[in-house]
Amino acid sequence: MGVTNEKLLDMYRNMVKIRFFEERVGSLFAAGKIPGFVHLYIGEEAVATGICANLRSTDYITSTHRGHGHLISKGGDVRRMMAELFGRSTGYCKGKGGSMHIADLDLGILGANGIVGGGPPLAAGAAWAAKYQGKDAVAVCFFGDGASNQGTTHEAMNIATAWKLPVVFVNENNLYGISCATADSMCVADIADRAGAYDMPGVVVDGNEVLAVYEAADEAVKMARQGGGPTLLECKTYRHRGHFEGDPATYRSQDELQEWLDKDPIVRFEAKLLAMEVLTKEKAEAVRSAIEKELDDAVRFAEESPFPDPGELLTDVYTAAA
Amino acid sequence: MPTLNMAQALNEAHRLEMERDPSIYVAGEDVGVFGGAFGVTRGLQRKFGQMRVRDTPITESAIIGTAVGAAAAGLRPVVELMFVDFIGVALDQLYNQAAKMKYMFGGKAKIPMVLRAACGAGVGAAAQHSQCLEALFMHLPGLKVVMPSTPYDAKGLLIASIRDDNPVVFLEHKVLYGMTGEVPEGAYTIALGKADVKREGKDVTVVATARMVHLALSASQKLEAEGISVEVVDPRTLCPLDEETLLASVRKTHRLVIVHEEVKFAGSGAEIAAMAAEKAFDDLDAPILRVAAPFTPVPFSPTLEREYIPSEEKIVAAVKAVMGV
Repeated sequence: MGVTNEKLLDMYRNMVKIRFFEERVGSLFAAGKIPGFVHLYIGEEAVATGICANLRSTDYITSTHRGHGHLISKGGDVRRMMAELFGRSTGYCKGKGGSMHIADLDLGILGANGIVGGGPPLAAGAAWAAKYQGKDAVAVCFFGDGASNQGTTHEAMNIATAWKLPVVFVNENNLYGISCATADSMCVADIADRAGAYDMPGVVVDGNEVLAVYEAADEAVKMARQGGGPTLLECKTYRHRGHFEGDPATYRSQDELQEWLDKDPIVRFEAKLLAMEVLTKEKAEAVRSAIEKELDDAVRFAEESPFPDPGELLTDVYTAAA
Repeated sequence: MPTLNMAQALNEAHRLEMERDPSIYVAGEDVGVFGGAFGVTRGLQRKFGQMRVRDTPITESAIIGTAVGAAAAGLRPVVELMFVDFIGVALDQLYNQAAKMKYMFGGKAKIPMVLRAACGAGVGAAAQHSQCLEALFMHLPGLKVVMPSTPYDAKGLLIASIRDDNPVVFLEHKVLYGMTGEVPEGAYTIALGKADVKREGKDVTVVATARMVHLALSASQKLEAEGISVEVVDPRTLCPLDEETLLASVRKTHRLVIVHEEVKFAGSGAEIAAMAAEKAFDDLDAPILRVAAPFTPVPFSPTLEREYIPSEEKIVAAVKAVMGV
C-alpha cells in the first residue's frame, strides 16, 4: 500500500499515546484529581489514528464527548489537554471547557462536543466554508452509533451530498450508546447502509485494524479533497471501559468484552510491526517509555498550573468589536 | 431621501454588505429563487450567484449548524429562519454550539453569524407561525438579540449585526415588512445595544418593541390630547439592553409601562421591569405595568387573534393606571 515505515511508527506511537493518556486520566479521575466526567477512548485508538494520519493541520475535525483520542491524533498537546481536564488556566480552554469541550482552532479542531449529534452540522459547515473559499481542505466528522440516530446527523449527511461538500463522516460504532445497544435502537445491521439513503458511498471498516482504517480514510479523504463529495466510513470498534468512568457497564456481557479485548488494536498492530521488523521489542519499549515520560510531564504541568482567576468567570462570552 | 418598506430596507442592507465583504453568504429556505418568504432576499441570488445565496432543504439544524461551522472556519453567514417558531427544531446548534463556543473554548472561537427570523401575530398564521420569542433568546448568554421597529432602524441594525463578530438573532415582525419609512441610501450602522427615544415626553415612559412601538406612538397621540405626555423608548437591541437610556427615561418620568407582543409571563418586559425596580426604585411613583399577550398560544380566528395582540386601548388604559387617572 505504500505506507512508509516512518508513518507506521508514527501511527503506533499515536495509538500508544492515546492509550497511556486515557489510562492515566482514568487513574487520576479515580483519585479525585479530575472534576466532572470523563469518557475514555480506550480500545478505539485505531480509528482516530488511522483517520487523522490522512489529514493536514489545515483540515478540520469535529469530535464527540469521547474526544481525547481525536484531539491527540489531530496534533493536540497532551500538556494543555491534561491541564484542561484539571480545570487549570493553562488548559486549551483556560479551564472553561473541560473534557467535552476541548478545541484548538489552529489545528482545525472544532471541538469535542457534549451534544450527541452536535458535530455533524458543524463539520458540514466547515466543509462548506472550504468549498466556498476554494480551499482544498476536508472536514472529518467523528460520530458514534448513538449519534447515527440523531436528526442532526441525518440533516448533515443530506446537505453534505446535496451540496457535494468535502466532508468524511466517520462513524465509530462501539455497539452502545451508554446502555442502549445498537441491536435495540436501529434496524440496520451496518450503519454504513444508511449512506445509500443520501447517495454517498458507505464503507464498513474493521475499526480495530489501524491500517484498514488508514486505507479506507485515504480513499475517502482524497475523494472529498478532489471535489468528489462525502463518504460514510463505519468503523466497527468497542470501548473497553464503561460509557463514563465509574460506569460499571453491566449492560454488556463479560464474554462480549473479552471477545473485543482479544482484538486489542494496539496489541494487533504491535505484533504486525514486530513481524515486519519495523519495530523491535527494544524499540517498542523505548517508545512506551518516552510516552510515559511525556505524560508524567503533562500531569506535573497540570498539577502545578493555577486555577483560573475568578474574574475569568465573566470573560469570553462575547467577541469585542475589532 | 428614498422611502422604502422594511423588507426593502433589509434587502439593501444585505446587498451593501455582500458587495463589501465576500465572506458574507446568505442561506435559508426559499431565499434564492423565491427571494425569501417575505421578499427580504429578493434579487440577491441573481446578483451574487448561487454560492453566495443558497437555497437550502427544509433542514433548520443544518442551516444553522452549517452556519456555525462555516463561521468558525472564517465565513460570515446571514441565515434566514423563515418563522422564528421553527427555532425549536434547531435550537441546539444556536444555543449549545454558536452561543457557547467562544466561552467553552476559552475565547478562541469567533462565530460572526446573523440568524434572521420573522416573528409576530396579526396575519392569521395561527399558533405555530405567529409567536414572539425574544425572551427565549435573551436568556442565552453568548447571543445578541436585535428587534427593529422601523425600516430606518432595520437597515442600520442589520448592517451592524452583520459586522458584529458574535451570533446575533435578528427578529423581524412580519406585519412590519410592509411598513414604509425614509431610509438613507448607502451603508450606515446603528450601534447594537443602543435604545432610541422615539417620542419625548415627561409623564410616563413606555418601553415598546417592534410593532408595539407604533401602537405606543398612536396611543401617545391620543393621550397627549388628554394632557398626558408619554415618552416612548424603543430598546432596538434586547440583549445587550441599553439600561442607561431606559433608566434615564424612568428617572425623568417616574412611571414605567412596558409593551410587548410576547406573552406577559416571563417575557422580555419582566427583565426590563426587574431591572428598573432594582435600579430606579426610588424614582418610581407607581408600580411598573406590562401590556402584553395573555398566557396562551396564538389563536387563529381573527376575533380571538385581535383580542390576543396588545391594543392601543390597553396601552392607554395602562398609562392612565400608572398616572392614577
